[in-house]
Amino acid sequence: MKDILGLVAKRLGLGLVTLLVVSVLIFFAVELLPGDIAQAVLGQMATEETLAKLREEMGLERPAVVRYLDWLAGAVTGDFGTSLIDGEAVTAKITDRFINTLFLAAYSAAIAVPFAITLGIIVALLRNSIFDRVANVVTLTSISSPEFFLGYILILYLAVKWSMFPAIASLSSGMTFLELLERTFLPALTLVLVVTAHMMRMTRAAIINLLASPYIEMARLKGAPPWKVIVRHALPNAWAPIINVVALNLAYLVTGVVLVEVVFVYPGIGQLLVDAVAKRDFPIVQACCLIFAATFILLNLAADVGAILTNPRLRHPK
Amino acid sequence: MSMFVIGYYAALITASCIAAYFQNRKAFMLLFSLTLVSFVLGIVGGVPALRGVTVFAGILALAAGTSYAFREFLIQVCSPAIAKELRTAPLTAAFGMFVIFTYAIAGIFAPWIAPFGQSEVIASAFEPPNEDMLLGADQLGRDMFSRIVYGARNSVGLALVATVLAFVIGALAGLYSAVKGGWMDQLSGRVADVIMSVPSLIFALLILSIFGTKLWVIVLVVAIIYSPRVFRLTRAVAGNVVVMDYVEAARLRGEGDWHLIRKEILPNSTAPLIAEFGLEFCFVFLLIAGLSFLGLGIQPPTADWGSMVRENATLISFGDITPLIPAAAIALLTVAVNFVVDWMLFRSSGLKEQ
Repeated sequence: MKDILGLVAKRLGLGLVTLLVVSVLIFFAVELLPGDIAQAVLGQMATEETLAKLREEMGLERPAVVRYLDWLAGAVTGDFGTSLIDGEAVTAKITDRFINTLFLAAYSAAIAVPFAITLGIIVALLRNSIFDRVANVVTLTSISSPEFFLGYILILYLAVKWSMFPAIASLSSGMTFLELLERTFLPALTLVLVVTAHMMRMTRAAIINLLASPYIEMARLKGAPPWKVIVRHALPNAWAPIINVVALNLAYLVTGVVLVEVVFVYPGIGQLLVDAVAKRDFPIVQACCLIFAATFILLNLAADVGAILTNPRLRHPK
Repeated sequence: MSMFVIGYYAALITASCIAAYFQNRKAFMLLFSLTLVSFVLGIVGGVPALRGVTVFAGILALAAGTSYAFREFLIQVCSPAIAKELRTAPLTAAFGMFVIFTYAIAGIFAPWIAPFGQSEVIASAFEPPNEDMLLGADQLGRDMFSRIVYGARNSVGLALVATVLAFVIGALAGLYSAVKGGWMDQLSGRVADVIMSVPSLIFALLILSIFGTKLWVIVLVVAIIYSPRVFRLTRAVAGNVVVMDYVEAARLRGEGDWHLIRKEILPNSTAPLIAEFGLEFCFVFLLIAGLSFLGLGIQPPTADWGSMVRENATLISFGDITPLIPAAAIALLTVAVNFVVDWMLFRSSGLKEQ
């Protein structure tokens, strides 16, 4: 047990360091701007006085390291500064949208995860049959298509031609939960299609890998019925790769959401990020990037920790 | 019950019987399950659904036929050694090669194939297709078909340049780390970890917001984002080669690092690297297409598939498929490359799944 805790603690520490390094990267990338932020905001035509005034307002005369620590302390307590365009607090802009994005991701994950893992296991058991071949080609096609292609196909057929679901995922405050589910169905379905394909392939690979190992053959040879081979022998070792697959795909989901949000005009954090990039509103860009990167790192961390915790060899040491 | 439906089921059942008679189990399973699925489809969707299945099967058969012919063609024109390898290629891989070949032709000979220039306004906005314009006009009245053809040159070309750059950076760093070891190895490993811990699209958006959407910035950023993948693979592959006796012998002969990399290690690690090049190209191509779709890639009026989707997106709400064409062009190429890579990975690993 001590070994496991040690491993987990080590992995958590490594994750924290990665997060810190990434925050440094995000903050100091903006320092690379030709000129500085004040120059970028006011443009080439700005006079020296206005530039100096803005620099003073934004505290740009302090050294970069001090500003970084300031920004990091703010970010940890949920304060990301103010927008360069309209002077509003970034946190206020982000909070609602972040919840929307999380909702969309959770919605897609709730459909995709059980669906993909079941399909993945079935395809692994039927490997090298014609169904496996077809599933291989279909999932490969789905992975290779850009998210906006799938999204627009769904809009064209499910929203425009057969008018089953709304094409634009506009949210309002007075909606019931069911209405919310219906409004966000198409963006969620797009994400489900992409993620399911990935997850299915990875689950299939993990299971096949496992079924090829000698101890499974041993179980078969001693005459255990097939279901028992799967449940008693294969599954305990399969949890680690499956948890890994789920966490990695959730990480993918959180970032794949950016394009899908733009296609469906969904009021989430991804759309905010794209708008902010176009307007060069750096505090918002930095905040969104930090949030996305942190989610990504956390989910990857969860994958590793999950793999450690479910590893039977580590849980029952000799 | 129309003649079409009767003919449809008659054809399917006859085909299933023929497959069963010739003891082709796979074909029989496929055809007969298609018959069963058609019952359900026919009840739910009626005749149009069955027509859809027929059209789809026709397209599939056409693609399979084309791939078969193309593979035979390649076997005829290539040297015997390559032809022997090609004979083992599945139809999907042959289809992939055919698509890549077509795109290459379209990209290289774009000015001769396209009937109009890529930024030439020749009609009113969103004009429907006519005998001059195969696919109609876009939002400014430019010929859609010509822009798709030029897009093969611009979009694919840009992705290719970025992939090559990513490959050069990643492979050189990987090979050098494998040969040298020590702190260089450690440092590049950690840098790769950090770059890979940020989602690629987010990283690209951050950098593009700072430096603006100039072409060289896009190429450089995308190359840096994807070089760690190449680095890791090269490092792993080369790491296995470096410990071989013949490398040791070369070292004792007093050969320099550059000679070791070029003459001893590289020739023995090409197979996985070529497959990785294909995969990498898909990632890069999709990322750049995504950026263009967000309006942060190649800037107008240059024809580019990602931005063409965004510019014409409004047509979707009128039930027009025009904006799907450039998106389909992107998807088709990545699918094709993936098919070929799949085959190459299978071949180079020598792995025949049980």
